[in-house]
Amino acid sequence: MKITQGTFSFLPELTDEEIKAQIQYALNQGWALSVEYTDDPHPRNYYWEMWGNPMFDIKDAAGVFVEVAACRKAQPQKYVRVMAFDSTRGFETTRLSFIVNRPTNEPGYRLIRKEGPSRRVEYTIESYAVDAPEGRRYS
Amino acid sequence: MSDQPAVTPGNDGERVDMSTLLADSQVNEVLDELDRELIGLKPVKQRVRDIAALLLIDRARKLVGLASGSPSLHMSFTGNPGTGKTTVALRMAQILHRLGYVRRGHLVAVTRDDLVGQYIGHTAPKTKEILKKAMGGVLFIDEAYYLYRPENEKDYGQEAIEILLQVMENQRDDLVVILAGYADRMETFFRSNPGLSSRIAHHLDFPDYAGEELERIAEIMLQQMDYRLSESGRQALREYIPLRMQQPHFANARSIRNALDRARLRQATRLFAQRGGSLSRDELRTIEGDDIRASRVFT
Repeated sequence: MKITQGTFSFLPELTDEEIKAQIQYALNQGWALSVEYTDDPHPRNYYWEMWGNPMFDIKDAAGVFVEVAACRKAQPQKYVRVMAFDSTRGFETTRLSFIVNRPTNEPGYRLIRKEGPSRRVEYTIESYAVDAPEGRRYS
Repeated sequence: MSDQPAVTPGNDGERVDMSTLLADSQVNEVLDELDRELIGLKPVKQRVRDIAALLLIDRARKLVGLASGSPSLHMSFTGNPGTGKTTVALRMAQILHRLGYVRRGHLVAVTRDDLVGQYIGHTAPKTKEILKKAMGGVLFIDEAYYLYRPENEKDYGQEAIEILLQVMENQRDDLVVILAGYADRMETFFRSNPGLSSRIAHHLDFPDYAGEELERIAEIMLQQMDYRLSESGRQALREYIPLRMQQPHFANARSIRNALDRARLRQATRLFAQRGGSLSRDELRTIEGDDIRASRVFT
């Protein structure tokens, strides 16, 4: 099951050229780019591992793409995303975030039903991938 | 930009309209500006023209479907201090941008300190950081020979050179590297780093300026600062330049700039000493002969 998180996730995988074009758009808006990766695909997992520091003062997408390529090479079987942070007052938040690398095999989620008091049922999801401990998933 | 297509069918195959291509790139304007604002430097200007022509023809070849490998444009600028290496590098970034060789056309000027780290493992990230910033533009490394210190084999400069080499080779489309420095030291630098030398296609040598060239440079500088020379000032400057050229640590245009800055200082003191009264616009912008003659060069 292909997970759909962030911008463009319902589209086919972006090519390198398309990724560069998106990065260039973000740079032209004056946003700071950063690269992150994780092996926990839960949609509420906001804190991915940082791949290096966020990048400021870069003019051309090629500069950011160097890091994207390096992260993909080091973590080929993890999710890698590019984030663009807008520091303008009033925003001060991530404006764009999209996945640029994913594991070959994405097992998807199981639905967990938890019965509470008065037979009330709470639902939650969990990725099959996280059965294995961190670092050994998706291999 | 013109709407006319640059490629038209002709009876001997497609024809490329060079005038459209030229107008589109606006390269002539930059070259004219180079001619107008930079005095002397004949061999440098010629080489810049050659490179511009090559890139333009390359673009024309691409339009009609001929093979056009992007040529290697890494350069080395050698010359004495103050001969305009940095200024030309800035222009080069603009020219390459207009010709579509680099995508952004900005110049990142660095020295050894910006590339080389202070402890093991510090150099690579530092150099890569600079390279990332320079992507899409021109990386200008001033006094590049400091990167290589043969007397200390543990020096981290070698590491920076290796990373540079790798990027210069693999990401030729993404950035242009210009190494600059004094001629003799650059030569030893290249001799001890043959890999670097062979990856640099263009070696440009910046000649020293002649006396009257410096005079014209001085005039342009004053114009930009909104000053002018009085008749006696002009005469004094004419006498000053040959004297200054014989002094030690003569740094061509930079020495002239410094001399003018000092003359401005003296002019300000002179006007200030007048106290009271009013100053006309002309007085405020005129540098007199005495302002220049007070220099220690004349003693």
